[in-house]
Amino acid sequence: MTDTIVIAELSKGKINATTNELVTAAGMLGSNCTLVVPCTESSVANDAGSIAGITKVIAAKSSVFETYDAAAWAEALDSASPSGIVITSASAQSKDLAARLAARRSVSVIQDVTGIQNGTLSTPIYSGKAIQNVSLNGDAVVTIRANIFPPAENSGNCDVQVLDTTGNVATALQEMVQRASERLDVSEANIIVSGGRGMGTPANFSHLEEIADKLGAAVGASRAAVDTWEEIPHSMQVGQTGKTVNPNLYIAVGISGAIQHLAGMRSSKYIVAINKDAEAPIFQHADYGIVASWEDALPVLSNSLASLLG
Amino acid sequence: MNSVGHNAGDYMVNIAVLVKQVPDTNSKIQIVGDRVDLSSVKMEISPYDEFAVENALQHKESEGGTVTAITVGNDGADKVLKGVKALGVDNIVRLDYDGYMDSNGLQSVLADEIKSGGYDVVYCGKSAADTGAGSTGPGIAERLGWGSISNATAIKFGEGLMVTSPAEGGDAIASLSLPAVVSCDKGSIKVRKSNVKGIMMAKRAQVDVKSVSPPSPTITIVSEVMPPAKPAGKKYEGAQSAQTVAQLLRDEANVI
Repeated sequence: MTDTIVIAELSKGKINATTNELVTAAGMLGSNCTLVVPCTESSVANDAGSIAGITKVIAAKSSVFETYDAAAWAEALDSASPSGIVITSASAQSKDLAARLAARRSVSVIQDVTGIQNGTLSTPIYSGKAIQNVSLNGDAVVTIRANIFPPAENSGNCDVQVLDTTGNVATALQEMVQRASERLDVSEANIIVSGGRGMGTPANFSHLEEIADKLGAAVGASRAAVDTWEEIPHSMQVGQTGKTVNPNLYIAVGISGAIQHLAGMRSSKYIVAINKDAEAPIFQHADYGIVASWEDALPVLSNSLASLLG
Repeated sequence: MNSVGHNAGDYMVNIAVLVKQVPDTNSKIQIVGDRVDLSSVKMEISPYDEFAVENALQHKESEGGTVTAITVGNDGADKVLKGVKALGVDNIVRLDYDGYMDSNGLQSVLADEIKSGGYDVVYCGKSAADTGAGSTGPGIAERLGWGSISNATAIKFGEGLMVTSPAEGGDAIASLSLPAVVSCDKGSIKVRKSNVKGIMMAKRAQVDVKSVSPPSPTITIVSEVMPPAKPAGKKYEGAQSAQTVAQLLRDEANVI
């Protein structure tokens, strides 16, 4: 079996839980899994040895990992990684890195893998309107969508090797503009509450924010809402020309379910739709549909959530 | 290096923009046998490529230079090239190929073309609407040994570029010296529309057709299928049912 290399996914300087899902996927693609942790301080990798299913941890230590630079990260991680099938998450940054790593090794990159069966990898094409199944003839770089593979347990115990690496940095960070709101971005959230043109006015999105705050959710929007109202930024847009998301829970409010929108959220684990039009296409994709106006349904939902969540 | 607001005309920037034809994003996708059948689907330029073209044209207008649009495909892809020619692109190039290329093959032929064309900067869409992969821009940059920034939402042009792209918790504004590759997201730019004069001129424009021989694919497409149908959900009438749904989210779905 081919050796596998998992590039750990970090958020806020810590190894993210997604990494455990990547290790599970690695076990389905090959054996002898090495976990490579990009870090400025090797202590970040201290606990990584406990992930079950890996045989080795390499803490790839470099100052280039302070801020993201595609060229330098690819160079440093390539040098730290043995040959084999390289696996990363399918976050926007990791997809970018994966493309670079694959090009560096002159191998193919398969992005957004949502299934692995007997060596066949499934990836959504045409924004999820179809699925392409591919097999690998040799090494490759593979990115894995979050929330699909079960996470590997933290019951292992293997050594951490520290390796100093470096790379040529091509970009220079001038400024970080923090998001104005504390709210999560749709691409980072486990729960998303989205509004469409059915919300009537952009001001009515405050009702979605109220629910989102209760759930620790992000607020999203359909393309129709973003195109209609200047107050709703494109960064909130879920769909084929916005962000593709697959949270545990997606609550679509006043969204009819245009094919464009469905493409961006259909892989959500659970979908709730609230729409006064019983024929809206969104209901065909909803696990739980509520045929009612949002004006009537949201207060009920809000109160029910409040009593459930305490 | 980071000066923005360079005087136009000091030098000419050789700008490339990569474009791809894809099915109209509103179209239904059908499977015939074990492959997607696009024979009855309307093809158009991939949506994000429109932002790449707009950025390329704005770069030229700001700094002086030429813009060359490059695509890969058979002559069916000429329509997309003519479409961007009508917007003001100077040259249109098609790397002629009719078979399947994996990402390695596609990036190889594009990187070769970029190198031989002596380009200073390459713009492309953040991902194509068919594969959604977003590998081409960074992959080409790596092959050329260039810097790159993906998912750009705003670009300031100068001797180098000042590029805004999403980062954890907000937006990063970073300088990027040329040569470089930038993949473009929608951001706040408005794309121009072609006028009658542009369209007439584009009709007569010659596509520079070049043959390519990509390395053979290192992956095999086994099949293409429709996504598994979701079992029918539960549908309730009336606002009060929101209470039932909230309870199900806790007890049945375990998501809250």
